[in-house]
Amino acid sequence: MHDKTLTELAASLEAGEFTSRELTEHLLARIARLDGELNSFITVTPERALADADAADAARARGEAGPLTGLPVAIKDLFCTEGVLTTAGSKMLANFVSPYDATVVERLKAAGTVSLGKANLDEFAMGSSNENSAFGAVKNPWDASAVPGGSSGGSAAAVAAGLAPAAMGTDTGGSIRQPAAFCGITGLKPTYGRVSRWGIIAYASSLDQAGPMARTAEDCALLMNAIAGHDHRDSTSVARGVPDYTEELGAPLAGLKIGLPVEHFGDGLDPAVEAAVREAVAVYESLGATVREVSLPHTHYAIPAYYVIAPAEASSNLSRYDGVRFGHRCKAPSDLIDLYKRSRAEGFGEEVKRRILIGTHTLSEGFFDAYYKKAQQVRRLIRQDFLDAFEEVDVLMGPASPTPAFDLGAKKDPVSMYLQDIYTIAVNLAGIPGVSVPAGFVKGRPVGLQILGTHFAEQRLLNVAHQYQQATDWHLRRPELAEETT
Amino acid sequence: MALEHADVLRAAHLARLGLSDEEAAHYQDDLGRILEMVDQLQALDTEGVAPLAHPLDTTQRLRADEVTESDQRDRFQRCAPAVEQGLYLVPRVVE
Repeated sequence: MHDKTLTELAASLEAGEFTSRELTEHLLARIARLDGELNSFITVTPERALADADAADAARARGEAGPLTGLPVAIKDLFCTEGVLTTAGSKMLANFVSPYDATVVERLKAAGTVSLGKANLDEFAMGSSNENSAFGAVKNPWDASAVPGGSSGGSAAAVAAGLAPAAMGTDTGGSIRQPAAFCGITGLKPTYGRVSRWGIIAYASSLDQAGPMARTAEDCALLMNAIAGHDHRDSTSVARGVPDYTEELGAPLAGLKIGLPVEHFGDGLDPAVEAAVREAVAVYESLGATVREVSLPHTHYAIPAYYVIAPAEASSNLSRYDGVRFGHRCKAPSDLIDLYKRSRAEGFGEEVKRRILIGTHTLSEGFFDAYYKKAQQVRRLIRQDFLDAFEEVDVLMGPASPTPAFDLGAKKDPVSMYLQDIYTIAVNLAGIPGVSVPAGFVKGRPVGLQILGTHFAEQRLLNVAHQYQQATDWHLRRPELAEETT
Repeated sequence: MALEHADVLRAAHLARLGLSDEEAAHYQDDLGRILEMVDQLQALDTEGVAPLAHPLDTTQRLRADEVTESDQRDRFQRCAPAVEQGLYLVPRVVE
């Protein structure tokens, strides 16, 4: 049953083929057997999961089951979960038991889902390989020598390995789409403000957005129905009606106008990845779509602008970790400044410190205009590129990442790691939604096709992704895990 | 814009981040390369472009001026490293 989609599992539960308890026990046993090697979870919560499953089975027996009742999910360990360790992948929060639930967690509970536990991630969601976790790197289920991507690397690996049929991720510069691509699953970053950020440990607040990671676009649509919508506790969440994301999945694509940004097919793109993506585009043509080239002229400036804006926001957001109210506190501080400085020096990892320092520097007196203001101006130009493109076409398509998953330990220089996010990062600056869908393999490692739409076009994106998954079977491929073959 | 050793130490102090001289030298190297990458922005003419702080054209909503929070001090202090009688404990600040 671990190979089934959420949609299939829901049908099986409804038909009485097995109970949520049986499904949950099966997945917990798989986690116990396989995750020692993969390391996709930081915390597994078997007792809670079984209690959730029993409650779901009881609800079903009363005739009160909804579309997600009894379906297990993994939660990126960036979402606060009441009474459960919430670490953000950091030593700083290694002892933090959240006193409340994030809105997304609350909504998933209300929908009757079963929470299996908290998925590994790059510390404070800062990274593209999951190697920045204080709880150890995660392995890619397709190839144990490869990274799963990041920062939602544990979420992606858990789904790909059949440890959870779906997971929650967050995406600040590609952190849902890139690991989804590297692990061969489907991941949707919604429009900024579509899903509440309340209770999600903040990295860069004008860019952060939560979204679903699952095997199929249809499953992502089901999860979006539960998590999307206005939340008065997040002042940036958008008060706008939420459609039924499953409603348009079946709409035919005849006449769909696809744009291929020339900047997403340029230098640095692995030719084998390009070939897989162009083949996927050809599938769309066979489904009746038309394809043309478009230009996003400021693409080149997206990474520089992001590495001003995101660290600046991070340096402010992470100032709350002071060793006083929660989190790590150093031993025997000599005075208050020593308490702050040593608690933070001991609690934060290297990449987090790097970003705090960059952000503090660029926001400091004498540098603000040259860096932060300039980056915000460029951000407007980048958003305008997308808005102009969507005057011409319905969706944009290209690779989610310039290469398939790279080897663990391969990228030692921070700038070379940052450049990995060239196709995903501008999307967060513009606030538009994007989805990555499995579109082939290069030397056994998955390739992701990224599909982008204008603000609030999630329904259209999921429709476009779903139609591709009706015509192809890349999303049905499963890795052979070493432990299973022996 | 080149980054001096003193700039790193200044940022570390502003961020209340303990950093040894050796660590500062290591970060100076990394941060220098990141800023070099960031400096590509300077090549772009942004004269007259309004800064964009938020990707959607929305305004902050206001709520009614009513008390909505209840007192949950004990609950929220349960995750604090050191509290006494409802107060957070820190080293002596006032002599």
